[in-house]
Amino acid sequence: MSKLLEVKNLKVNFSTYGGEVKAVRDVSFHINESEILAIVGESGSGKSVTVQTIMGLLPKKVSKIKSGTIHYKGKDLLKLKRSELRKLKGSKISMVFQDPMTSLNPTMRIGTQIAEGLIIHHNLSKREAKIQALEMIKLVGIPNPEQRYNQYPHEFSGGMRQRVMIAIALACKPELLIADEPTTALDVTIQAQVLNLMIDLKDKMNTSIILITHDLGVVAETAERVAVMYAGVIVETGTVNQIFKEPKHPYTWGLMESIPDMYSDQKERLIPIEGSPPDLFAPPKGCPFVMRCKYAMEICESKMPGDYEISPNHTAKCWLNDEQSPSAEEVIALGGAMYE
Amino acid sequence: MYILKRILTMILTIWVIVTLTFVMMKFIPGDPFASDADVLPPEVLENMRAQYNLDKPVAVQYALYLKGLASFDLGPSIESRTRTVNDIIKSGFPPSAFLGLQSLVIALFFGLLLGIIAALYHNRFLDYISMIIAIIGISIPSFILAPLLIKVFSVDLRIFPVATWGTWMHTVLPSIALASMPLAVVARFMRSSMIEVMNANYIRTADAKGLSTAGIVIKHGIRNAILPVVSFIGPLFVSLITGTFVIEKIFAIPGIGRYFVDSIFNRDYPVIMGTTIFFSVILVFTLFLIDISYRLIDPRISLTSKEG
Repeated sequence: MSKLLEVKNLKVNFSTYGGEVKAVRDVSFHINESEILAIVGESGSGKSVTVQTIMGLLPKKVSKIKSGTIHYKGKDLLKLKRSELRKLKGSKISMVFQDPMTSLNPTMRIGTQIAEGLIIHHNLSKREAKIQALEMIKLVGIPNPEQRYNQYPHEFSGGMRQRVMIAIALACKPELLIADEPTTALDVTIQAQVLNLMIDLKDKMNTSIILITHDLGVVAETAERVAVMYAGVIVETGTVNQIFKEPKHPYTWGLMESIPDMYSDQKERLIPIEGSPPDLFAPPKGCPFVMRCKYAMEICESKMPGDYEISPNHTAKCWLNDEQSPSAEEVIALGGAMYE
Repeated sequence: MYILKRILTMILTIWVIVTLTFVMMKFIPGDPFASDADVLPPEVLENMRAQYNLDKPVAVQYALYLKGLASFDLGPSIESRTRTVNDIIKSGFPPSAFLGLQSLVIALFFGLLLGIIAALYHNRFLDYISMIIAIIGISIPSFILAPLLIKVFSVDLRIFPVATWGTWMHTVLPSIALASMPLAVVARFMRSSMIEVMNANYIRTADAKGLSTAGIVIKHGIRNAILPVVSFIGPLFVSLITGTFVIEKIFAIPGIGRYFVDSIFNRDYPVIMGTTIFFSVILVFTLFLIDISYRLIDPRISLTSKEG
């Protein structure tokens, strides 16, 4: 498997009236060909900013890419001219957004919105583009394509609109699809349909997918590899098995504990992760999770841990994985976290 | 069905306007012959009043007026004696309408352009320049702009005629003077609307599709941003036609605005009524056209109230 896209040491800041927000702080990850990579994390952890940087969609006035490279098939997207990046956007790399209710142009026919990308990227005539767009509408499972082609977004339900968004994104048969919380705004039953559709189309078209979500159930069902983000940093990455069966970062442990267990007989309360994420105007010097971590040690506060390789493909950014560190149980035995 | 309903409401609206104008007009003290009262013997005045039915009770006058109106007869002008109100409108409306339309076109074209540029360069040099032009347009009244234009372009540069009506060259300066205010208003409307639209999620979708900036603005931006401006065109259009009074005076244009204002001073009842009704018919009809154009611009707007 070769790497399709590789992000290295990406740092993105936002300038606001309150100062610089360090939204993405040194993020590195990659995605292989025809793979599904899930990026999970809570709101504000920098997931969306990371992928929007890939697409060059961040507002240029307020966002600043401090450092890093984003290599797509050997080309650094951050160094491309805008016109060159435009040729990739929508044709090789495309995106499905979170809110299907507002992500479609309300005054343009659905069909036209799907055909638009084909006309730009594949140099099709209007009629040829229409034929392919109708094909796409059928493919994403919207009934009556001919009739639906000429309708406007307000005539579609939320789930149907997200299917339209997927049709737009996949119209040009991209190599990489970035799905930014594609099911968050949908009903649970519709969520499953939309996810299955994406996986289905991925298999048909051999597309890689970066799936952004904060729903661990979705991750377990769909993804092959996972990157867990917290406060602008990827704290742990690994295959789905590695992350779910033997997580190595206390934040990931917390996430796992907060999943409700359908098969449990006892009425257990869900265990939340106490506290809130750090202020990204002035992120802590050390590990960003230190304030909420049950196992925090002195070094955690002063020094950011490196990426410890647990096993092939599995890394965790936590001092507990250092050779010299006591185990988690020992830390608790020694009196627990310094922040209590 | 919708159109039929609208036409009925339009007729009703106009009837209300006719009635209100009639009542209010009768409340203005004096009558068309008040200034003649010192010179003419009372018997002559009586006769003159009788000729225009002014001796009859107000209710009868009102009924007679409605009767004339039903056959599109707006009655005689008392002041000019030889011309009917229909004549006045027929001769005065074309210049006013031409001026109004031409300045509307100027205001819309340059206003939209300015607004779009300002929005795209939000908080940058071109934005500031556009908005400075807009503020100037709003703050300088046309009766100051008009003489300025005449001084520069007619007297000094000798490009355009100073005044009067005739060729198209005569229409340029008055149109510019008339257009400056609405142009500025359109620009400001369009700017704020466009800024909002360009931050919308569907613009990001268009960006992610790989469209060029021009493609995004033209295909996805303008149509969505223009709606608030369209709602403003109706009253604007009417005010451009009626508001020509000052401009018509300055440029000595034989338009209808002059008659409208003069008729009030002269208590020329039929002309007051006639021009008011004429303007309200235009306004009501323009608003009707605009409501229909909403539907064409925004498919979410339904013309029947049921689907709403």
